Amino acid sequence: MRIALFLTCLGDALHPEVGRATVTLLERLGHEVVFPTDQTCCGQMHINTGYQREALPLVRHHVATFEPYDVIVAPSGSCVGCVRHQHAMVARGAHDERLAERADAVAGRTYELSELLVDVLGVEDVGAYYPHRVTYHPTCHSLRMLRVADKPLRLLRHVRGMTLLELPESDQCCGFGGTFALKNADTSTAMLADKMRNVLSTGAEVATAGDASCLMHIGGGLSRLRSGTRTVHLAEILAST
Amino acid sequence: MSTFLGIPAPRGVGHLRGDRSFPDAARGALADSQLRRNLGHATRVIRGKRAAVVGELDDWEQLRLAGSALKAATMARLDEHLERLEQEVTARGGTVHWARDANEANAIVTRLVQETGASEVVKVKSMATQEIGLNEALEAAGIEAHETDLAELIVQLGGDLPSHILVPAIHRNRAEIREIFLREMPGVDPELTAEPRKLAMAARAHLRERFLRAKVAISGANFGVADTGTLLVVESEGNGRMCLTLPETLITVMGIEKVVPTWQDLEVFLQLLPRSSTGERMNPYTSAWTGVTPGDGPQAFHLVLLDNGRTAVLGDDLGRSALHCIKCSACLNVCPVYERTGGHAYGSVYPGPIGAVLSPQLTGVEDNASLPYASSLCGACFDACPVRIDIPSLLVKLRAQHVDEQRKRAVPSAEAIAMAAASWVMSSPRRFAAAEKGSRAGRLLGRRAGRIRTLPPPLSAWTASRDAPRPPSETFREWWARERGGDS
Repeated sequence: MRIALFLTCLGDALHPEVGRATVTLLERLGHEVVFPTDQTCCGQMHINTGYQREALPLVRHHVATFEPYDVIVAPSGSCVGCVRHQHAMVARGAHDERLAERADAVAGRTYELSELLVDVLGVEDVGAYYPHRVTYHPTCHSLRMLRVADKPLRLLRHVRGMTLLELPESDQCCGFGGTFALKNADTSTAMLADKMRNVLSTGAEVATAGDASCLMHIGGGLSRLRSGTRTVHLAEILAST
Repeated sequence: MSTFLGIPAPRGVGHLRGDRSFPDAARGALADSQLRRNLGHATRVIRGKRAAVVGELDDWEQLRLAGSALKAATMARLDEHLERLEQEVTARGGTVHWARDANEANAIVTRLVQETGASEVVKVKSMATQEIGLNEALEAAGIEAHETDLAELIVQLGGDLPSHILVPAIHRNRAEIREIFLREMPGVDPELTAEPRKLAMAARAHLRERFLRAKVAISGANFGVADTGTLLVVESEGNGRMCLTLPETLITVMGIEKVVPTWQDLEVFLQLLPRSSTGERMNPYTSAWTGVTPGDGPQAFHLVLLDNGRTAVLGDDLGRSALHCIKCSACLNVCPVYERTGGHAYGSVYPGPIGAVLSPQLTGVEDNASLPYASSLCGACFDACPVRIDIPSLLVKLRAQHVDEQRKRAVPSAEAIAMAAASWVMSSPRRFAAAEKGSRAGRLLGRRAGRIRTLPPPLSAWTASRDAPRPPSETFREWWARERGGDS
């Protein structure tokens, strides 16, 4: 299958390893990966901070960039959530019904990584080997906007050599929330503290999730604590052999 | 507090705003470790109970859909239902009063109490009277208002404000309650312990005397049935029922959104409400009263229908769903922000996620501009809401309204400039790639272990407690171009 990779702005600029892992994984499964180089950002930060007018050109650009592709994947639950639930809303807010329809069409072909693997490609065992103690944080937008449910866990349970540790209060937000972490930094830090306490209580070496942004938050906290536990994106674990 | 006299839909006044922004007001709560423990424990217990009783119903999602549909249909013809309610209440011997805002409602209730000659009233726990600041208004008129809900009593005696819609004293633990009782309750047993039963007995003795003495009671209403003019209060302790039946005069203050057209609608809401709020299959006391009955219960009944900004909210097609709220507080109990800050940080009597969307709408967003941002948009509130209010989408919409208001300023904020710049950069792949190259200068900041420990403002808020990732030596698109040769 020919799959277009939407890496997200954060993935491109700060976490290229997540993109490389996604490419490795999908190619290993026998698919062709293309990277539309015109891609930039889905506009989630603008939309969720209230700047819908500024988000409009980003929505338009995203739709135009990904329109030619039949299957699009992003290793980010929150960016897929934005594409699926907010792009058409922004277009309609600007009274651009044509753009809204095109956005809905692109959204219908856009999948979060675990959705693509389990629902579209029909694989749960991707042949990965990762000999570490790992705990999984289901990020809010994957869990509640996309309803990926246990798909990431089903993928992780097939990883050889790995010990999967259950994360207490896993469905609680880590406190990132985009600009929430800056606008309500103290509350965000309190939420992060509890998430880190739960992660560390598992004794895991690695905390994983399907969103580089949440991992940047949790990993930033764990690094500051010098806890010895690090964050690794789900795609990297699934790409390991 | 000032009254806005615009027509046709004036904004709400009363206890709907704080003096400080949410981040500022939250700071104290976040630093109070006892408060954090009290809140964390209480919300965790209620969450567990709710999940258990909701899990018992295999038609829970259908019930939520029904509740949502009933509310939407009712709001669409609210004027007709309210007129019907007035007609039926009047036909059964009650008197209906219409209050445009908090000030009018307080004036009406104060006059009604004064006309009875009473100098004190007993009160059933009520959000509407908290919203309008009725106790303070009565006090100013020389009338003492005694809260009879146990938690409201604790808050009142403690000279405190409620911190939760359903559990107003959620921020207090047993030891603190014992101290408040010993200090503030006349004639309390000095040997009082912090055992819940002993505390309840002390409150019971204190309240019983007031119930028997009171000539006037003031209540809120969970529902008003238009078809028969019946009002309902749903509660756990029975103290409300004492207020509703013993005094000679009963005054009910009800927000106009609380009307339901028929008794049949209650079948849905009386399943949704207790399971969502207290985690019970059914609440212990559901009291319903219709007008007055000679020789039985209060002989004078007044219903004050409160607008206070609600009509303005109704005018907004997405925003009006916030009025569907049945005040169960399930969204508070699942909200990670509420759990850590408690209710006082929200400023308004409506805390938590529903408060973050309801208060700014009732007052106008500029009067409560920090509240729509008091959420990480994790979505737990939407999942918990028994009438499916899409709180995250409302928050996003209110943020956009706030930003659009800010656009009218002569000088744009630093944030607005940054957002516009980011939009300009990100709407062009060429500019975005150039910006990525520029950000590589950030590598100089983070030589230690690939992490950045200090960023300049406003990003310094991030590095106060977290390291930031060091920009990689090669972006993905550079890697792709090197490995795969340019375009896809």
